[in-house]
Amino acid sequence: MPEIRDYTSVVGQGVVDELYLLAERLKGKVVQNINSTPVGGGVAEILTRMVPLLRQLGVDTRWDVIKGDEKFFSITKKMHNALHGVNVEITPQDLEYFLRINQENAEEINFAGDIIFVHDPQPVALIEKKFTNGGGKKWAWRCHIDFTEPNPEIMNFLKSYIEKYDCAVFSAPAFARDLSISQMLISPSIDPLSDKNKELPEETVNSVLEQFGIEKERLIVTQISRFDYLKDPLGVIEVYKKVKEYTDCQLVLAGGGATDDPEGIKVLEEVKSAAANDPDIHILFLPPASDIEINALQRASTVVLQKSLKEGFGLTVAEALWKGKPVIASSVGGIPLQITHKYSGILTYTIDGTAHYLKQLLNEPDYAKKLGENGREHIRNNFLITRHIRDYLLLFLSLYSEGDVFYLG
Amino acid sequence: MSEPFYFYTQSRLVKLLGIKARNPLELLEGLKKVPLSSIYYHTHRFLQQHHYLSPEPPNDFAYWLRNILNLDELGEAIASVNIISFRNMEELRKEFIKILDGYISKGKPAVYCPEGQEFHFMSCATFVLPKNYIAHNLKEFVEILNKVSINSLYFHIFEAKMRLEKEENDFTAWFKGIGEEKLAEELSRLDPYTITLEGLRQRIIRTVRKYARD
Repeated sequence: MPEIRDYTSVVGQGVVDELYLLAERLKGKVVQNINSTPVGGGVAEILTRMVPLLRQLGVDTRWDVIKGDEKFFSITKKMHNALHGVNVEITPQDLEYFLRINQENAEEINFAGDIIFVHDPQPVALIEKKFTNGGGKKWAWRCHIDFTEPNPEIMNFLKSYIEKYDCAVFSAPAFARDLSISQMLISPSIDPLSDKNKELPEETVNSVLEQFGIEKERLIVTQISRFDYLKDPLGVIEVYKKVKEYTDCQLVLAGGGATDDPEGIKVLEEVKSAAANDPDIHILFLPPASDIEINALQRASTVVLQKSLKEGFGLTVAEALWKGKPVIASSVGGIPLQITHKYSGILTYTIDGTAHYLKQLLNEPDYAKKLGENGREHIRNNFLITRHIRDYLLLFLSLYSEGDVFYLG
Repeated sequence: MSEPFYFYTQSRLVKLLGIKARNPLELLEGLKKVPLSSIYYHTHRFLQQHHYLSPEPPNDFAYWLRNILNLDELGEAIASVNIISFRNMEELRKEFIKILDGYISKGKPAVYCPEGQEFHFMSCATFVLPKNYIAHNLKEFVEILNKVSINSLYFHIFEAKMRLEKEENDFTAWFKGIGEEKLAEELSRLDPYTITLEGLRQRIIRTVRKYARD
C-alpha cells in the first residue's frame, strides 16, 4: 500500500504538505466511517485507500461495516434503484425491516468517533444514536449515488433521517436537494498508485489479454462495470453490433459484483444471452481481487465506454481517463464533471449516438489520442485521491466552524 | 525595520445551495437571493480548477449562457465584466443583475437549457492556513514565491481583495509598506483575471526582480 509521501511524484510536494497542515488541525479527533460492505463497489474501494492515508497524516480514522442479511440487502438494493428513479415497489414492511436492521446495528456498533461519517442509505438510520449519551458528536452523511430524480416516497422517508445529520455530502451539483442542513460537494476520486491505476509493464497487459483470449492486434472496446441494469450492458452490446457492421472490433464487458448486490447474477445471464455466443464478445465476471486485470484491460483498450443509464459518479470513467484512454460515456450523474464533450472525451445520450462516436474514434486514432491526453490532465488536477483527502479534511474541520472564511492559525 | 511578509495558503470546500436555473430569468432570480460567497465562487472557480489552461472561461454564469443556452451576446456581456474594477462582491452582483435585467426587459422569448444542464448555484467555505515562509526583503520574496503552491498565490492576490474586501491585494500592500511605491504601482496595474495562475506567478516574479537589490 502506498505511503502518503509517495504521491508527491504525481501531484507535487506542495499539495502533500498542505494535507499535513490541515490534518494537524484535527489532532485529538476520531473519525469513524460506517458503510455497508467491506469489499466491492466504489465506496468500499475508496475507504480501503483513504483510511490508511488519513491515519498516516495523523488523523485517527476508523471504519465499521454494518451487518445485514440477504433480505436487508435486497431491500436496500430496491431503495437504491428507487433513488435512481426506477419504479420499484417498497412496502411498509420493507421499510420496517430496514429500520430494524439499522437499530440492531446501532446497538452493536461502538460509536467511539468524534465525527461519525456514514456512507450511503443502507446505514442512514444509525443517526438515531446521535441523541443518546448526551449527543456532542458530529454526524455527516455521505451520499455516493445519483440523486437527480429520486422516487419521492423513498426520498421523503430518507429525508427524515438525513436532516438529523449535521451535514450531507453529494458527488455532483445536480444531486443537491431541498434540505434543512448544509450540503457539500465532494467528488470522489481514484488512486493513481493503486493496483487498479498504477503503471503496468507491457508483459502484464499482454498476459491478461492472453488469459481471457482477447487479441491484442485487433481493436478492443471495453466497458468495466458491475453487471447491473443501470450500467446498461445490454445497450453496450447493441452499440457493438451496430459498429461491428462497419468496423471490426472486439467487445470486453468486465466487472465484479458487490456483496450487497444480489441482482448481478441475473443481469449477467441476460448479457450472456444477448451476446449469443459471438466469439468477439468477452464477458468477464471477475472476483473482487481483480484490480490488476481491470487495469490491464483498460490499458489494452482502444476505446472505453461507460454507457450508464444512471451513475453516482462513475469512477471507471476517471480510471480510463487517467490511463489516457478516449472515453465515450453517458451524460449522467457525475460523468459530465469528468468529461467536457469533444475536449476530454465524448458525452452521449443514446445507443445510436454512442455507436456513431465509437465508429469515429476507432477510425480517427489521432483525435482519440488527443481526447485521452486532455482527459488525463483533467483527472490529475481534479479527481485524484489527494484532492479527495483534502476535501474530507476540510469537511471535518467545517463541522466545528461557522461562516464562510476560517483562519486555521 | 518594516514588517516581513507572511505567506498564507487557502483551501476551499464547495457548498451546494439547492438552487438551480433553467433560463436567464431563473438565473437572475438566483443571483438576487444567493449569498455573496456564491457570486465569489462562480466568478473565481475557474481560476483554480483550470489553472493549466488558457485564462478563459472567465466565470460560470458566462460559460452557461454561452455554451449551454447558446446566448452568445448575453454570455459575452457577462464574461466581459471587469471584475478587478469592483470593490466587493455586492457591487459585482449588482452589475450582473443589471446586465440580465437589461436582457430580460427586451422581452425576448425564454430560452431553456436541455434537461440535466441546469445552472446549479454553489458557494464555498475558505480555510486560510499559515505557511512556514516569511520574506524579509524582495529577494526572499521572489525565492519563496517561486516555490509556494498556486493556492498561496491565489490567496494573496484574489481572496484578499475580493473575498476579504481589502483595498488591494496583499503583495501590493506589503510593497507599499516597505517603501516600494513604484513596484506596488506597477503590480496594481496588472489584471490577474486575464492570465493563468502560473503565468501570473512568473509575471510577478519578473516584476519584483527588477526592484530587488542585493
